[in-house]
Amino acid sequence: MNSSLSAEEQERYQHPDTIRRVLRTADTIAMVGLSSSPQKASQFVATYLQSKDYRIIPVHPKADSILGETAYPDLESVPDSVDVVDVFRPPRECPTYAEQAAAIGADALWLQLGIVSPEAATIAEENGLDVIMDRCMKMEHGRFRGGMHWMGMNTGVITAKRGRRQV
Amino acid sequence: MPSSTPPASPAENGTPSSSLPDAPAAHEFGFETRMLHAGHVPDEETGSRAVPIHQTTSYVFDDTNYAAQLFELKEYGNIYTRLNNPTTAVFEERVASLANAVGAVATASGMSAELVALMTLLEPGDEIVASSHLYGGTRTLFTSTFQKLSVEASFVAPNDLDAWDAAITDDTKVLYGETIGNPQGSVLDLEPLAELADAHGLPLMVDNTFATPYLCRPLDWGVSLVVHSATKFIGGHGTSIGGAILDGGSFDFSTIDTVAAPSDSYHGLKFPDTFGHQGYLMKTRAETLRDTGASMSPFNAFQLIQGLETLSVRMERHVDNAQAVAEHLDEHPMVSRVAYPGLPGNPYHDLAQKYLPTGPGAIFTFELDPDGMDPRAAGETFIEELQLFSHLANVGDARSLVLHPASTTHQQLSEDEMRSSGLSPGMVRLSIGLEDTDDLLWDLNRALHAISQ
Repeated sequence: MNSSLSAEEQERYQHPDTIRRVLRTADTIAMVGLSSSPQKASQFVATYLQSKDYRIIPVHPKADSILGETAYPDLESVPDSVDVVDVFRPPRECPTYAEQAAAIGADALWLQLGIVSPEAATIAEENGLDVIMDRCMKMEHGRFRGGMHWMGMNTGVITAKRGRRQV
Repeated sequence: MPSSTPPASPAENGTPSSSLPDAPAAHEFGFETRMLHAGHVPDEETGSRAVPIHQTTSYVFDDTNYAAQLFELKEYGNIYTRLNNPTTAVFEERVASLANAVGAVATASGMSAELVALMTLLEPGDEIVASSHLYGGTRTLFTSTFQKLSVEASFVAPNDLDAWDAAITDDTKVLYGETIGNPQGSVLDLEPLAELADAHGLPLMVDNTFATPYLCRPLDWGVSLVVHSATKFIGGHGTSIGGAILDGGSFDFSTIDTVAAPSDSYHGLKFPDTFGHQGYLMKTRAETLRDTGASMSPFNAFQLIQGLETLSVRMERHVDNAQAVAEHLDEHPMVSRVAYPGLPGNPYHDLAQKYLPTGPGAIFTFELDPDGMDPRAAGETFIEELQLFSHLANVGDARSLVLHPASTTHQQLSEDEMRSSGLSPGMVRLSIGLEDTDDLLWDLNRALHAISQ
């Protein structure tokens, strides 16, 4: 639902098991294209993930800091270890970020809702990274943790287990 | 595909998606499993198996920062029951799951579902192009209340695509129809109408009350938005008024200025940009529901959830009984016409086979044809003599219901005026319930016999 990917691509790049594993194991998320404007989608995602105790590292060509975190002009300048590279930039730029994500040793490449780059996916996969495409990191966290449910959204979570709304 | 899902979707193919060795295919749960489980995870603290009723107006915030994030819509959570409520959220997610929707906004009634869904889209000067086969209350909303807000509506024959096309102007903002028209029993040809709407870059909104998500899922046929009166078959018990707005997520609302424009009350937030395919519903909740206050009560949400849990079982029986009653009346000498698309001669029979393969609902009209008698008087006698059918102005109850418009809702109209409204003095509307089929036929036979005495 709500993806331009084929069923086979969805199985590969939007599998709930992969999404949950990435959300569960990640601590540090480098956000490429995180906006310095408070009402942009990327800021909604970043502030939400910060409130869920993820550390956000902004990657921005000009900004010094965003949401209280030092910003870096590119992924390779980030001094800390990065678990997920989350991309808010157009598909044509994504293969470069896939290469850089592999070079800095990230575990996963995440392309946000509406961003599809099979080329970037292939590069990241060949380097052993988990790949998620055309999905929003906030929505996916909210889907499994239950927040999205409070807004009447269809999370697809079906379970009779007690209190199992977690990523 | 789960075997319990009725075959009412166009794009379903039986090919299982290929699974990678280290990742088994994500399982798709069937309709009936979702009727019982979607939207509710037993809570960690109490383990309550049934959905608890959260009869509260408001919710304690974690801290000031969290509260600020909630009000900015940057955090998901509960603020105030006018906006959302944990019991209502179960109803919303469950009905969204059954309709194959992105999500839902529950409302105080079916009428408020229409009002809230349309208010999100419309501004003064806009126009609605609607099917002429609409519930009278909806027609009045469009021609009276919306007219006060400088919104105009035009009405076209439901399946005349050229008429729809000709009625669309530069000011048209939405197309509107009913899956099964009330009371005509017409079946809307959803697929070509959705294509037409798409060609004009307009959302198509459909009232799916008479069909329920079990008999038809309009979003699967390309419809953009669905509204429901949940008061009817979704509840089934006739105890609770409620409604729902559903978005299939396929329509790009960033092209509709009223939805896409920066929001003054959220610091210039652009809902479709920030929330993607959830943007329309987020705006509907955070602005239109907030401002109209047309929210569902948590107790009604609980009641309507009880209804959803047995929806498929009830609808199977409703359509079986309706088919039997329609066939019986069709053979009866005192009846001239039965407007049920489940009958082979009905003009909507083929469309019903396509969109409503399990059965075209359980509400239909028929025409009394008493030889040499005034049909209005015959209708009155018929109603008086019925013992089992409840005489009232509702549909979709578990009990069978009957209404004679000429002696009740439309009694002030002359015969000519009635006919111009698509009604006639001898027309009777039935909503077939879950009673024993034989008992329903017995009651109808008695009342029909009494007319000729």
